[in-house]
Amino acid sequence: MLRFEHIGMKYKTLTGYTEALIDVNFDINDGEFVTVLGPSGCGKSTFLFIGTGLTQPTSGKVLLDGKEITKPVKEVGFVFQDHLLLEWRTVLNNIMIQGEFRNLDKNITKVKAMELIRQVGLEGFENKYPWELSGGMQQRVSICRALVHEPQLLMMDEPYGALDALTREQMRVDLEKMWMQKKNTILFVTHDIDEAILLADKVVILTPRPGRVKEIVPVDLPRPRNMAVKESGEFLALRKRITEIFTEMGILNED
Amino acid sequence: MKNEKARADGGQKSRQIRWLKFLNSLKESMPSIFSVGGVIVFWEILVRFFEIPSYILPSPSESVLAIVQYWSAIKSNMLTTLYEIGVGFGATVIISIPIATLISYSRVFEKTLYPFMVFLQLIPKVAIGPLFVVWFGFGSMPKILMVFLLSFFPLLMDTVAGLKSLNGRLYYMARTMSESEWKFYWKIKLPNALPSIFSGLKTSISMATVGAVVAEFLGSDSGLGYLLLRANGDINTKLLFAILIVLCLMGMVFFEIVELAERKLIPWHVSQRVTDKKAR
Ligand SMILES: Nc1ncnc2c1ncn2[C@@H]1O[C@H](COP(=O)(O)OP(=O)(O)OP(=O)(O)O)[C@@H](O)[C@H]1O
Ligand SMILES: [Mg+2]
Repeated sequence: MLRFEHIGMKYKTLTGYTEALIDVNFDINDGEFVTVLGPSGCGKSTFLFIGTGLTQPTSGKVLLDGKEITKPVKEVGFVFQDHLLLEWRTVLNNIMIQGEFRNLDKNITKVKAMELIRQVGLEGFENKYPWELSGGMQQRVSICRALVHEPQLLMMDEPYGALDALTREQMRVDLEKMWMQKKNTILFVTHDIDEAILLADKVVILTPRPGRVKEIVPVDLPRPRNMAVKESGEFLALRKRITEIFTEMGILNED
Repeated sequence: MKNEKARADGGQKSRQIRWLKFLNSLKESMPSIFSVGGVIVFWEILVRFFEIPSYILPSPSESVLAIVQYWSAIKSNMLTTLYEIGVGFGATVIISIPIATLISYSRVFEKTLYPFMVFLQLIPKVAIGPLFVVWFGFGSMPKILMVFLLSFFPLLMDTVAGLKSLNGRLYYMARTMSESEWKFYWKIKLPNALPSIFSGLKTSISMATVGAVVAEFLGSDSGLGYLLLRANGDINTKLLFAILIVLCLMGMVFFEIVELAERKLIPWHVSQRVTDKKAR
């Protein structure tokens, strides 16, 4: 279980401080799929960095299975918002670096990497360099890199941001399928309300900066969530509710 | 049988491609060939037309002939100079990259070294050359030292800049995978710095040649710098020009070697570089 206790984060800047997060509290249970929704700049990325020990919060603490996190967590796969591919490595070798850093068996990692490449529809591109790919393709490579070692905890920072609607839908369906098999714990940041609902066991809604938890919305739709679910009354009700929360926070203006 | 034929076809095709590439590069370098060729022809005509005596300005053809004429002297002195450049530049590469690495990791180390770097950078190296002769005599040591001093800083500076110009998020990425600082350095930080390192190497290798010749001027009994001084003293301007040509060619070869290594080691960067064509 990942528990955030009174997390606050102030960044030092040239002119003073930027308060990114204030008193964020909530729990993620093992095997739970949690999505985080919030306006741009409210501290979502910061939140994921703190959740994996990459950044230390200025107040509060994060507990992983009851132990306070003081250094970067290793049992994690992290999809960064900027794809962070290494330009001197091919698609395959960008994924393989995960195994190299973790001293995993090379052959096994390669088999898994090729399988992931196939799943995300990049077959035939494994020997291309990042600059030969589109933004969406680069993003998919970075997703493969975060999955190849089958981590128990998965942090995904707007992983589908650069994808077109159709690919996005496909990736969502695939991710849900993988998660239903592996039951890993996923924290998924997105801007897209539909996506947040369709993936989540619970949606965490953050306020504009400085980010606090505005509301946690449990989602009880049946899985796998296909087209039919999208038209169901429960889904539409959830969407209406979340939209209202955003309107109330002054982020969505209807006129 | 069929296989062999296929292979033969493949061979022919790659030969064809190579030939096309050669023609293409020839086309690309046409302007340079014409401008340089034009200057040479103009110079030749100028010298012949005004009957300029060769002790003042030898014609290009005379200078080239002088290379042949004095080849044995040029060759033995060139070997001396090459040796000095090789050792001095080798020392530069071996020493500056580790030091740059330390600087990129430690601010204290950087601050400690900084005054010396600035001092050594500002001091006119030619001015301390005679001191080297006092300390180390007329052998190759003072030359190697001069080569090293002149070539060291460009490489150091560019390597430091390259190692420091890293997207901080890449460090985060590495940390999610392993604690090993060594892996981060070897697999991410250093490759990321290679383009900068190569631009440093190019400045550095040009300075190395200058360093060797200057040091030979200041006191020596062999080397191209020494031969240049002798030719000057003998008013043998033909030989002087011959040596200049050899020095230029040497510099070009060094530069090409670095470029070749660059193409082999960081093809991703070379092929991405904005060429004149793309930019226009
Ligand atoms: N390294 C930093 N130094 C100073 N301020 C920072 C730093 N990183 C983030 N911030 C500030 O903290 C706030 C939250 O940033 P963060 O990247 O977490 O937002 P976000 O919710 O991920 O935004 P987006 O949806 O646009 O990605 C922003 O106002 C930003 O300016
Ligand atoms: Mg972000």
